[in-house]
Amino acid sequence: MTTRTATWPQVRTVIRHLLTHVLLLGISTTMMIPLAWLISTSLKGRGLEFVFPPQWIPDPIVWRNYWEALTILPFHLFLRNTLFITIAATTGSLLSASMVAFGFARIRFPGRDFLFAVLLSTMMLPYVVTLIPTFLLFKFLHWLDTFLPLTVPAFFGDAFFIFLVRQFYMTIPIELDEAARIDGASYFRIWWSLMVPLSKPVLATVAIFSFIWNWNDFMGPLIFINSLENRTLALGLASFRSMHTARWNLLMAASTVMLIPVLIVFFTAQRYFIQGIVTSGLAGR
Amino acid sequence: MHLEVAERMLDHIMQHSRHSRQWWRDALAGYVFISPWLLGFLIWTAGPMAASFAISLMEWEVVIPPFFIAFKNYVNLLKDPLFTLSLSNTAYYTFIGVPLQLMTALFLAMSLNLKVRGISIYRTMYYLPSVTPTVASAMLWLWIFNPEFGIANAALRVFGIPKQLWLLDPNLAKPCFIIMSLWGVGGSMVIFLAGLQGVPIELYEAASIDGANAWHRFHYVTLPMITPIIFFNFIMGIIGSFQIFTSAFIMTDGGPQNKTLFSVLYLYRNGFQYFKMGYASALAWVIFLIILSFTLLQLKFSKRWVYYETELKM
Repeated sequence: MTTRTATWPQVRTVIRHLLTHVLLLGISTTMMIPLAWLISTSLKGRGLEFVFPPQWIPDPIVWRNYWEALTILPFHLFLRNTLFITIAATTGSLLSASMVAFGFARIRFPGRDFLFAVLLSTMMLPYVVTLIPTFLLFKFLHWLDTFLPLTVPAFFGDAFFIFLVRQFYMTIPIELDEAARIDGASYFRIWWSLMVPLSKPVLATVAIFSFIWNWNDFMGPLIFINSLENRTLALGLASFRSMHTARWNLLMAASTVMLIPVLIVFFTAQRYFIQGIVTSGLAGR
Repeated sequence: MHLEVAERMLDHIMQHSRHSRQWWRDALAGYVFISPWLLGFLIWTAGPMAASFAISLMEWEVVIPPFFIAFKNYVNLLKDPLFTLSLSNTAYYTFIGVPLQLMTALFLAMSLNLKVRGISIYRTMYYLPSVTPTVASAMLWLWIFNPEFGIANAALRVFGIPKQLWLLDPNLAKPCFIIMSLWGVGGSMVIFLAGLQGVPIELYEAASIDGANAWHRFHYVTLPMITPIIFFNFIMGIIGSFQIFTSAFIMTDGGPQNKTLFSVLYLYRNGFQYFKMGYASALAWVIFLIILSFTLLQLKFSKRWVYYETELKM
């Protein structure tokens, strides 16, 4: 025999890889079925979502559902509100997290380690315990039904974001600061002109988390916002449901619209996202 | 003027202190840099916590001015059948849900840890559900569990099982929420994956040389090495699950027969629908104390089963 035949170990590797792909594909399909169902329903004509067993490929495909779903309620207002809140809160989180993290990572001061332990423990604090007094405080300040309760706290720093940035700063050699100090740079200069540019990757992580959390947030707007014109997308979507219970195709179209920006952000910046989760997981060690 | 005085005072303190000028400067700078968080901590964490405890000792409703009633709210809570029901619903969801979530997340992470091409595409698909906005996924699962036209029943039909009422069935409603939570385990999965990739390859090689099969390697190498990660995901899972709100609020609003009335949902009703601020604060404190004691208990027992390779200092 002169033809080259694959050796047994090679065949075994190929089989193993094939089986692995079958397993991975099976799981992925399972995970994707709900989302496929979401999109499929969102494109079905009126009444055609009520067919059992369900049809997977809508016939005909009704793009108009999206237009209808977005015009029943003032979704353009909801979108504008959500964008405003998300951008303001993200700006606040970026500024505060990088500044506070600098203090914790690069400056030696009395009480620092204790305060950092306090910060870490607040990450595990259930939010319900502060909910009612916070509400009463905002009521007292006449901030209810404005965007202030949803944006101002971000400027005071979120424990998780501070922790993420601080962990990143810890990996930058301290000699850099020392050299800058010898050249007469103040702490403020070192932070703003040295650390901030160097920490772009972790700031990207913070921005992405902040974007997605604020975009998805439901309980905050539910408690602090009343009037229709101040609602966010999450709140608008929920009220859409109570008004049009039987229009599942439109409801799924509106849900898809809410999901799309998150997907775009996730796909363009997945690397930073995963990095952020991994860092937070290592907090547990 | 004032600045000058302040500066002179600072100079005076510095000269007569046992610490150097630089020490004082650093101390000042440090506190200036962390001041946003420190202020925020006082305004949005420490202050409200104290306030919520104080409010929990009061009868605080909209029309009448609040007055002090000591621990009466807590006593009333214990007598409130809806409160005890909400606690047992939440405990069911947490203590059955979280272990299943952890197993699912670990299983998914292990499948992603297999060395084949295109793994990042699979990872993306596994993770995607967890970025879905809660409101959107609540709508989606409401539709999936629709008793007439949902795909949950379509899936059962394949196996010849009759249609179920799902979220409308008092016995199935809570399991529905658990199934839904399994779809969104991407976060813990990514943390598990990082943990699995951190297990030194030499350990597996050594085990193989000693004749360990795949199960042995998992049981004696992988599991012990990732106990810190299991522990972390477990604690965070409990804290998160105990506070389930949005999906229940949208999908069932506590029904059927209050079988999905979870604690935070009941708190929301008392605080923001009945405006019983005192009662709701007492509820919040009970939830907080349950979570806290459970976390502390876990921390205590963790020494028995969590293995730390090296002491990592923060």
